Formats: sequence, C-alpha cells, structure tokens
Amino acid sequence: MSKAVSALGGVSHKGFVEVSEAGLQGMITVRGDLSSAKMKKAVKAATGTAVPEARRIVIAGDKAAAWMSPDELLILVPYTEAVATVAALEEALAGEHHIVADVSDARAMFRIKGAKASQALLKLCPVDFETLAEGEIRRTRAAQVAAALWKSAEDEFSLVSFRSAAGYVFGALEVSARTGSEPFPA
Amino acid sequence: MLTLECPYCGVKAEETELQAGGEAHLKRFGPGSSDDEFEGYLFLRKNPKGVHFERWRHAYGCGKWFLAARCTATLEVFGTYSAQTKEPPADLQAKIKAKRPDWEGYK
Ligand SMILES: [Zn+2]
Repeated sequence: MSKAVSALGGVSHKGFVEVSEAGLQGMITVRGDLSSAKMKKAVKAATGTAVPEARRIVIAGDKAAAWMSPDELLILVPYTEAVATVAALEEALAGEHHIVADVSDARAMFRIKGAKASQALLKLCPVDFETLAEGEIRRTRAAQVAAALWKSAEDEFSLVSFRSAAGYVFGALEVSARTGSEPFPA
Repeated sequence: MLTLECPYCGVKAEETELQAGGEAHLKRFGPGSSDDEFEGYLFLRKNPKGVHFERWRHAYGCGKWFLAARCTATLEVFGTYSAQTKEPPADLQAKIKAKRPDWEGYK
C-alpha cells in the first residue's frame, strides 16, 4: 500500500496565533435524507453522535458529524478508520437513496490556535465571529476559496478546505497570523 | 454590501459568498412555443429601478439556490424564500406592497 501523506506535511507557522496543517484526517461526505431512521442509525454507528441540526457540528472524542447542507453531512473519523467507516455507512444506508464518499485525500485540515485565533480568521472570512455559536460549523470562503470552520477547542479553530487549495489557504493563514498584524491588538 | 439570509441554512451571507442567478420566476418556453415567446424567455429580462425578484445561490455555503426580493435602488432586502415555489409568498408580497404602494406586482 502506498504511504499516505497530507497536503502540506504538517507545516506550521507561529505569529500572533499558531497556524498549522493538521495532517491526515479521515473525512467522509454523506448525502441523503438526514431525517430518516436509517441515517440516524448510520451516523450513530459511525461517530457515536446524533445527526447534527442545521449548521451544527457534534463532536465525540476523535470523531464528529457536521451539517453541510439540508442533504449533506461531513463525517470526521481518524484517517485509518475512513475506509472501514465508509463500508459501514454504505451497509447501514443500503436500500435508501444516498451517497457515501471518502474525501479524506481530497481535503486539507488546518488548526488556528491562540487566544486571538478569530482575529486571524476574520481577515479572511466574511463571518461575524462574535455571533458564531459554540458547536456551529460555518461554511464560507477563506480569501478566495471555499472553506468550513468551527471552534474545535478553547482558543482553537479548525478549518477544512479542498486539498488542491491547501497551499493557498496556508499562505493566506500565515500572512493573516503574522505578529503585530492583529486587527484588535489590545 | 448586500447581505441575504439563506432560507435553507439560515446563514446571513454577504454578497461575496453568493452567486447571482438573474431574474426569478421566469416561465420556460421550449419546443412548440412561438418565436416571440422563446425570444422573451431567452433574452428579455426586467431591469426595474425598485422591487426585483432574483435567484441567488449560496455558493460558498450550503450550495442551494434560493430566491430573494430586494430593491435595486436602495438595496433594501424585503425577504428571501425557498426556490421550490411558483410565486413569492403572500406575506412577502403584502410586506412589499405596504412598503412600496406603487409596486405593480412581481409579474
Ligand atoms: Zn445556505
């Protein structure tokens, strides 16, 4: 088997916050009827969580389920579990109109860490971070490319982009996080 | 800056997160229609200074198409609503009529 590598090999930069590429992350796109009983069971088995409400992400340990659109979820699992989780989801949703796709190698994951993490992001994303709720996932753009972000811990945001744009996203984050460039320094 | 609330996910998305899709509530004329009808469907669009109904896509968000009513002169947004509808919701039409008594309707 070939050796899997993440988009940027875990590169990081320390400015007024630390930005880093988070390495390999299992990501699975699931589309279908989010209100169906089969979907609820399938998600529960895959992540241990309920199907998230609109715009929410529910996290359980190293797994999570995120609401991406009225008919789409993003399932997060450890990278090495993605293939098996796809198979389990396929089986659980059999007979129902659905799509399950392993997108782990099509995406990149970033972490933005520090007390002023939102200040690095608000330069890139048209999001009101003051009103972004705990447990909310926000799909938006990071500068000129599509992204999804959420508060993954105290003083930490996680951000997902397409892998093909990973270099661009990291560059934008690095510039945005440079020491002394915070919009609200005090 | 135009801010529209996506009726599917509830995000108050600003213009750069959206893709404009032109006039809403067009009636499609295809095979069997007259040349005039087909020309109108294909090329002729309203361009009002005032109330306008438009298609927008939440491109950097949930990806869904929705419809919006706004004023092209002031950028006032009257409301947004699902694309799975044949005409603007009655309450939205009433709201616009109250604000713009001269408005002649969406057709
Ligand atoms: Zn939306």
